[in-house]
Amino acid sequence: MRALKGVSFDLQAGEVHALLGENGAGKSTLIKVITAAHQPDGGSIAINGERVAHLSPAAAHKLGIACIYQQPALFPDLTVAENIGLRLESASPFRKVNWGTRETRAAELLKRIGADISPDAEVRSLSMPEQQLVEIACAIGAGARIVIMDEPTASLTQKEVQLLFAVVKDLRASGVGVIYISHRLEEIFALADRVTVLRDGESVGTREVRRTGVAPVSLQESPAQAEKSDGDRRDACPTLTESELIKLMVGREVSHIYPSAEGEPGAVVLELKNLTCAAGGVSDVSLSVRAGEVLGLAGLVGAGRTELARVLFGITPADSGEITLNGQRVRITSPQEAVAHGIAYVPEDRRRHGVILEMPIAHNMTMAIHQRIFPGAWLRSGAEKSLAQDFIRDLGVKAYGPEAPGGSLSGGNQQKVSLARWLATKPKLLILDEPTQGVDVGAKSEIHKIIRQLARQGLAVLMISSDLPEILGMSDRIAVMREGRIVRMLPGKSDAHTVMAAALGQTEVSK
Amino acid sequence: MRRYFRELSVAGALAVVLLALAVFAPAFYQPQPLLSLLTREAPTLVVACGMALVIISRQIDISVGSQFAVCSVCAGLLAAKGMALPLVFACCVAIGGLMGALNGVLVAGLRLPSIVVTLATMVTWREALRWLRQGQFVNLPDGTQWFGLSQRGGQWMLIIAALVILVSLAIATRHLSAGRFIYAVGTDAEAARLAGIRPQLTTFAVFVFMGALVGLAAMMNVVQSPQVDPKSGSGLELKVIAASVVGGVAISGGRGNLWGVFVGVLLLASISPALTHLRVEAYWEKAIQGAIILLAVVADGLRNRKQR
Repeated sequence: MRALKGVSFDLQAGEVHALLGENGAGKSTLIKVITAAHQPDGGSIAINGERVAHLSPAAAHKLGIACIYQQPALFPDLTVAENIGLRLESASPFRKVNWGTRETRAAELLKRIGADISPDAEVRSLSMPEQQLVEIACAIGAGARIVIMDEPTASLTQKEVQLLFAVVKDLRASGVGVIYISHRLEEIFALADRVTVLRDGESVGTREVRRTGVAPVSLQESPAQAEKSDGDRRDACPTLTESELIKLMVGREVSHIYPSAEGEPGAVVLELKNLTCAAGGVSDVSLSVRAGEVLGLAGLVGAGRTELARVLFGITPADSGEITLNGQRVRITSPQEAVAHGIAYVPEDRRRHGVILEMPIAHNMTMAIHQRIFPGAWLRSGAEKSLAQDFIRDLGVKAYGPEAPGGSLSGGNQQKVSLARWLATKPKLLILDEPTQGVDVGAKSEIHKIIRQLARQGLAVLMISSDLPEILGMSDRIAVMREGRIVRMLPGKSDAHTVMAAALGQTEVSK
Repeated sequence: MRRYFRELSVAGALAVVLLALAVFAPAFYQPQPLLSLLTREAPTLVVACGMALVIISRQIDISVGSQFAVCSVCAGLLAAKGMALPLVFACCVAIGGLMGALNGVLVAGLRLPSIVVTLATMVTWREALRWLRQGQFVNLPDGTQWFGLSQRGGQWMLIIAALVILVSLAIATRHLSAGRFIYAVGTDAEAARLAGIRPQLTTFAVFVFMGALVGLAAMMNVVQSPQVDPKSGSGLELKVIAASVVGGVAISGGRGNLWGVFVGVLLLASISPALTHLRVEAYWEKAIQGAIILLAVVADGLRNRKQR
């Protein structure tokens, strides 16, 4: 599978160019190509008009490309000045450190971006935005001409965002090109000169943004307004509205047929009232899932969906709120309790947490049910084998037998093994986290069929997915999460535009 | 067959050593010295079994040598006070278990790295013992050595006891839920936790069990001589870790089995007498042991690289 397909992207000096796209649209990959963390299979990169044949991370650094990640990559135990020094000074192990210049340079750089941070402060003691400012100071100190910011505001408060914006505007004014990635449309309208939308690894268009300075109020069409510093090619881009932006992001045809739901769902299995977990980043979530129903949980990465699943499964127990299972109020403080209550959680990232790759799939499948099928803790390999064989047959796992190690299976089949482990617990509520991530098309539709069949058998299914067509195709109802809250409940036959708009934090949508 | 390649190749190495001895130094196979050798290694085998479990659960315990000394001295003192031998036995195992529990609480409860925790307890136990005993040997009462049996009878008893422990643990790791959990936790603690296993409890239990086995092994050592050396067990940790690694237990956790450890113990134990019988200078013993360990680790490293 290709992460990027024939993407063209250009950045001018003194502009903020936003990069927008759904989860997995290829934004991170594009950034990794620009910072030379990944090598492209084809195409070319030109910087300052000169074609760069083979970009290495060191060369990218020398050419003035700097990337500021959401989680600053600083050394927490060193001071600000030391961190800046490490980035900017030569890396020879025997060079003499000039502490005086190191300190004054750090102070100068911090002053230049208007950051009120002492060079002597330990990075550990700084807040997240302060650390980002240190990163920016490093970038400026290195003479960066291209600064990439990957969701820099994700963990910032409103006030900190304003501070960051001021710095970004200064950068622009001094002729630095900024690539700005964000899921927050209002930020893009407040900050960006142009926006490029990526979808499924392809660039679906570059548009000019009519900067508003504040979040946009209306969606009226407006003619392109050239700003005085803009080059002529920028006039070629049509300006856009927020609605159009969302359309660009989601506009794709559904190429996959989903199994249809049938029959009315049964009794309510799970009901949540004002569920909150500060440590997990889940706040005030209320929802219900009925037997035989697939509730899709949509949202962007970091919206709190996995966190909600972890709260339900007792990994990070809730601080407050009610969980009602089959009409009974329960408290869940550990995975063991969750399993005892009939909750199953098929985690995201099956290679790391779902399937133990070194273990035979039979062992993997019985992992959660030892107490039930092995009374007296004595492993009965006969019982284990026949259980595994049943699941291999029922779920269509392609493996040479129950003895095959999990690591020898393809992604889709590993996911089926992970699913089997949890179905073996005979759950009433099945939580699926990205059930088809990284799974090939064939296995994907098989997993969809299995999910639908499980629902038909009376299981309540809570399905987290970043794959919008999957959410739309599989869900009987859709809950959209954003910043730890459920912002919208939608019927299953909703359109992508509505779901994406809600996930992006836009409440009123006009098409 | 391929699954046990690692264990079989170590067994092959052992066979080569034994064969060389049979050809060049048949004196090695005289029954009485051989019996003595195996008896001396019986406690090592017991501790190595525990160490294998610790390493499989992706931890390490370098305090076993010090625990061994503490258990030995305690057993000696209790026996000298006139306590009945079975009771001394039980106390010795309990003391070992308690010391293991301390490691377990620190590692599993406070989630501290086991290398640091057991380094601290290793030094603490050893130095406390030195301070309390000032290097004095403990004289054992009559009837303690060889459980009051004949030397031959006692030796057989210890060898059989060690083998029984080995076999029952080998079966337990394969056929008990607890064994499966140790492998699961050692491979991927987070995956195990998401599957409803309690990784911290498993880790704690492994450390307690390790301590109890050290207590048992200490007792098996105490009954071999008329006196208890307060310095006994020094270097034991390295010996058993080496045996585990040579026997195919992956230091990164989750892989290995006790049969391999058994072969590893035998291989390392056969080197010293082999050198003596082949008239190689004894200085070479450590160097050869080191080379074998290095070889085992390099083999594992290469295999892991290939898999990736």
